[in-house]
Amino acid sequence: MSLESMLIVAAILFCIGLYGALARRNVIAVLMSIELMFNAVNLNLVAVARYVAPRGIQENIASVLTGQVFAVFIITVAAAEIALGLGIVFAMYRSAATVDLTEATQLRN
Amino acid sequence: MFFQDIVFWVLAVVVIGAALGVVVVRDLFRAALLLALVFVVVAGFFVLMSAEFLAVVQVLIYVGAISILFIFAVMLTRDVRQGNLPNRLQIPAVLLPALLLAALVVVAVTTDWRPIPDAQQERVDLVQTRSVSIVSEDTLDRVGVSTADEREKVREAGLADLLIRDFVLPFEAVSVLLLAALIGALALARGRGS
Repeated sequence: MSLESMLIVAAILFCIGLYGALARRNVIAVLMSIELMFNAVNLNLVAVARYVAPRGIQENIASVLTGQVFAVFIITVAAAEIALGLGIVFAMYRSAATVDLTEATQLRN
Repeated sequence: MFFQDIVFWVLAVVVIGAALGVVVVRDLFRAALLLALVFVVVAGFFVLMSAEFLAVVQVLIYVGAISILFIFAVMLTRDVRQGNLPNRLQIPAVLLPALLLAALVVVAVTTDWRPIPDAQQERVDLVQTRSVSIVSEDTLDRVGVSTADEREKVREAGLADLLIRDFVLPFEAVSVLLLAALIGALALARGRGS
């Protein structure tokens, strides 16, 4: 287990999520894929914080925690994003009775 | 070290398989359960990388809240029968992630990362594992932190301290964002008429 292998696993996870977000028609599946990408980014941040020496490590040992702080923020933003996203999904389902992205054309014209 | 390698590869295989399942499986309910599995495995990765606090947060928020929200959404929208159909963009949707993956792997392998010096590894582990600033004298002695000045620095270095000291502005911004998202989600879900 090294930094490179961890980064590659996170990259694979991110690309699977990207494929899902681009290729699916169901809104909920797209939101799930976006969550996969968020998790991949968090893995990256924590891995870099764990293995790479930050510039200020000699003066301030707390700088090795910066990656984890960023991950905390991303988790918070992801939670907000998913609450809003599912709210939009429910509103869309109520008005159009579908969660198919190809039929979400109410904003056209 | 060898044990950690085995755990890492097992987790890696499980996470990639489950993630593929999330985007390929047609039954959305199963996809939501596989997504919960991905979240649990990512928490395992966090433990492996000495980020215990993040692992707990991951289980609480992702596994406990977000997976449940997804399962609710799948059940409430009743499109489980029709399932997780692909759209017409299959070729670009495969090409773009494949190119991105190739680029990311090349960058990850060829970049000259500056690893943490071995002398400081234990100290870094100690700082990263803790989330509050309580640590005993014995532990500090064991990782070779002897002078009073150094002790003070290692004691002060904690995720919670960092959040309310160096990162207090983004911390407050994120709090406001969460509140706004909460109100927005309520307004969206409540609808106009009711």
